[in-house]
Amino acid sequence: MSDGAGATRAAPAEAPPERGEAAARRGEPMVVLERLERRYGERPALQGVSVRLEAGATLGVFGPNGAGKTTLLRVLAGLLRPHGGRARVAGASLPEEAWKLRGRVGYLGHEALLYRELTGRENLRFHARLHGVAAERVDALLAAVGMESRGDDPVRELSRGMVQRVAAARAVLHDPPLLLLDEPRAGLDIAAAALLEPLVGRSSGRTRVLVTHDVEGGLAECDAVLGLRVGDQALSAPAAAVAPARLRELYA
Amino acid sequence: MTRAAAAILCKDLRIELRTRESVPAMALFALTVYILLHFGLDRDTLDGDLASGVLWVTLLLATVLAVNRLFANEREDGALDGLLLAPVDRTAVYLAKAAALFLYLVLLELVAVPAFALLLLAPGLGGALPELLAVLLVADLGLAAIGALVAALAAETRVRELVVPLFLLPLLVPVIIAGASATEPLLAAPQEADGLGGWLAFLALYDTVFVLVSLAVFDFLLDD
Repeated sequence: MSDGAGATRAAPAEAPPERGEAAARRGEPMVVLERLERRYGERPALQGVSVRLEAGATLGVFGPNGAGKTTLLRVLAGLLRPHGGRARVAGASLPEEAWKLRGRVGYLGHEALLYRELTGRENLRFHARLHGVAAERVDALLAAVGMESRGDDPVRELSRGMVQRVAAARAVLHDPPLLLLDEPRAGLDIAAAALLEPLVGRSSGRTRVLVTHDVEGGLAECDAVLGLRVGDQALSAPAAAVAPARLRELYA
Repeated sequence: MTRAAAAILCKDLRIELRTRESVPAMALFALTVYILLHFGLDRDTLDGDLASGVLWVTLLLATVLAVNRLFANEREDGALDGLLLAPVDRTAVYLAKAAALFLYLVLLELVAVPAFALLLLAPGLGGALPELLAVLLVADLGLAAIGALVAALAAETRVRELVVPLFLLPLLVPVIIAGASATEPLLAAPQEADGLGGWLAFLALYDTVFVLVSLAVFDFLLDD
């Protein structure tokens, strides 16, 4: 679970809750979904989604706009309650044990989850305090994402790509066993994307659920593929068994 | 939990210091109301029940402004999700927001009460200041406890500007009754402190009930 920034968690005051690594040691998959359902009012956003993701593996989630990809990530993060089926994430059954997921998931989505009026460094220090992470890790992560020199600028003054870099640092600040990534390279130039690779890329060694529209690139860094079409599961297969053309059909 | 609440409170105060969106707006609103009443009422000064009513209604409406803004920075860029994903008890979020609102109210009153005395109050504050401060502080606890709860309730709704006054004002009616009743003899000429202890006890009881209710339900308000 190395991210190249030297994770140094502060000694917890109490016994820490069981983390995802413990589930992995027991041989339990990091994510198990069985006929998962989620609705917004009467409109189904997800239905019949079944997935099994082993620790350390990457699941690529593909599908057109409105297919339910972001909803799936938010359910996996414990931010949305599933309305049917079975969901077990990092050893926690959802929604009953959603509280167990707090601090064990790194989420990098369309929104940065940062405070615009605070600087990048202040944002990361705030989250470090919430997660019980040593302040030194903040500086190390800012350096790792190439934001050392702009770390003291308010987030509202940063470009889209710079905000994404700080958001990536926030997502891995607490060294989470599971990363939920919603188009993590959106707004990044090639150099910035390369900087984030050790943190949120395949080489991070973390279990990842990756939402992307980059069919070839996504397939190359996934172990398994989930295809969604307006909430329905259209495809679930090992990445090696899926041709790019099959994924493109989802967008037709 | 205390450490997390302190971190959230410090963050909120830091943002308020930078944006100056809540406290200056509250103070400006209160000053404007007092100036309007100073020139609009067909009398130069107020005392007794009318003075007490003007003071409390103005503070109450200024509170609505702050409650509307209490979760504003959490709504931008999905920052609230960052809080919900952290290993933090929801109670810490409530305590931090209530503490921030309490501090905003104290700062508001540091400006609004002297302005009220200067522009509208016939007897002046005089020797009643310690008693008035006691009533204000105990009432502020109630305003903060209820305000933080309603702010969380409205945070994820699209019509929060409507939800806040519609839920907040009815819940604050007992606070304003007790606050105004306790303050009325303090603002009369001659100043007295009749029944002050009873009203303070009522306010303290109402504060306690709402803090306990808020702690019990706050988890559900932030839940999906």
